[in-house]
Amino acid sequence: MHFAEPLALQSGALLADYTLVYETYGQLNADKSNAVLVCHALNASHHVAGVYEGQPKNVGWWDNMVGPGKPLDTDRFFVIGVNNPGSCFGSTGPMHTNPATGKPYGASFPVVTVEDWVHAQARLADALGIRQFAAVMGGSLGGMQALSWTMLYPDRIANCLVIASTPKLTAQNIAFNDVARQAILTDPDFHDGDYYAHGVVPRNGLRVARMIGHITYLSDDDMAEKFGRDLRGTDYQFGYGIDFEIESYLRYQGDKFSEYFDANTYLLITKALDYFDPARAFNGDLAAALANTQAEFLLVSFTTDWRFAPERSREMVQALVRNDRRLTYAEIDAPHGHDAFLLDDPRYMNVVGAYYEKIWGRITGRQNDSHRKAA
Amino acid sequence: MITERFAGLRADLAFIAHWVAPGSRVLDLGCGDGAMMEYLQVDKHCSGYGVEIDDAPIPRCVQRGVSVIQQDIESGLAMFSDAAFDTVLCLSALQMMKNVEAVLRDITRVGQEAIVSFPNFAHWPHRIALLSGRMPVSDSLPYAWYDTPNLRFATISDFEELADEVGLSVLECVSLKDDGTPITFLPEWRGSLAVFRLRKK
Repeated sequence: MHFAEPLALQSGALLADYTLVYETYGQLNADKSNAVLVCHALNASHHVAGVYEGQPKNVGWWDNMVGPGKPLDTDRFFVIGVNNPGSCFGSTGPMHTNPATGKPYGASFPVVTVEDWVHAQARLADALGIRQFAAVMGGSLGGMQALSWTMLYPDRIANCLVIASTPKLTAQNIAFNDVARQAILTDPDFHDGDYYAHGVVPRNGLRVARMIGHITYLSDDDMAEKFGRDLRGTDYQFGYGIDFEIESYLRYQGDKFSEYFDANTYLLITKALDYFDPARAFNGDLAAALANTQAEFLLVSFTTDWRFAPERSREMVQALVRNDRRLTYAEIDAPHGHDAFLLDDPRYMNVVGAYYEKIWGRITGRQNDSHRKAA
Repeated sequence: MITERFAGLRADLAFIAHWVAPGSRVLDLGCGDGAMMEYLQVDKHCSGYGVEIDDAPIPRCVQRGVSVIQQDIESGLAMFSDAAFDTVLCLSALQMMKNVEAVLRDITRVGQEAIVSFPNFAHWPHRIALLSGRMPVSDSLPYAWYDTPNLRFATISDFEELADEVGLSVLECVSLKDDGTPITFLPEWRGSLAVFRLRKK
């Protein structure tokens, strides 16, 4: 969907004339009360669920969570997946032409924040005629967007589902992000972000960025169990090729990622992660930042997630409790680290399913009430 | 006293519910599947949170519309402010705590009043089991000694002493039979569940 009106960004810059790519699943009901927005994280897109015709391998990134009969049941809810501006999956991003210069934005694409994305998403909701979302849901960086919705548009979100997320990154997290950025920025093929004009891609930088990111998404135990010290061959190679299975796995992940992901997008999105800190404007008081929220919350964390640890979710729970907000907090003892939020765990799926069941009960209850009143 | 509205509620919970004032802010520690909180919310217009460590009952709490926080009671109460609740419930959970005294102090910190229940170790069948040289196994203590979530065993008098020490005064103490009815004659001997209503001194 094309937006001609410029989007004023938190940085003070304007994003002129942009496009948002989105996908929907299920049917919007008559009173438009069953809409759910699913926000994506670093390397995902609007393609949340299902497969495209003729592309059976291109499965939506949260297909185990979203679909007919799944925890977020598309037989009941109208689900929207939207690609955020700055991304590289169709919405206006650094690889697109800057109308002001006629050249690709490259590194001059304005730095976007979580809040900027939420404002863009709200415009999409306006265009689709959705005044209030039954729920906004996201994991990791997507969870930050869901949380941000409750503060920026308190009356437009009835339920907020924040999975494996945080109200702000820790120093360690920012450190990992900066290592990833440095890998890209110092790649000779980066060309100050204008690599499109040079017909190259800073592939090595992207690979290293992805490798370090990937390490932080897994738990130590999970890695030990999957790979241990297993060797690729039968003995040590006494060189700098691939000795261990973990090296092979990470390099493969890095290679794959560098083929489809855009380096400027990686820089932008890690900055959005780093900058997110809604309590900053309230002297670090998250409870004060959340004081105007009206939504009910489901928060889920995973015990072995050291990137966005349960402590960070507990900070949000505490701030919400201080505000007497209605909430559910589930702390799932899963072994898979941060990645657990994308995996199947019956306890996790059950609690999310139960939460949507409750939301559905409210929606249908309200409809019955209004029918009764009408009668 | 036990009205029809209590019908779905476990007998001991039904008895305890009548001690909670309508409209109270309640914290239910070890809330299980949220049955008590749901009753208090729907029928007594209370509000608040349940705390539960076990995964299994959490979805049921959600379906019931109970705000539940999955935490270990022994480490998770820091998120609640001082005197945030009118009543803190800790029902049949205290005996599973490692540090009972610290939990009771936390309960005292976050609540004005507390209702605490635990299996009465001095219930007569338990005494007989011990006299015959065996650890008691009963409806209120249904586990073998080597395979029990219960870490602490106390009598009514034992608990009174600790409550006093952590700054709680006893408003009421009742001992209940297995079917949830209160006992007036020899409660220390005949009740399987001890229930205390306490207030911050």
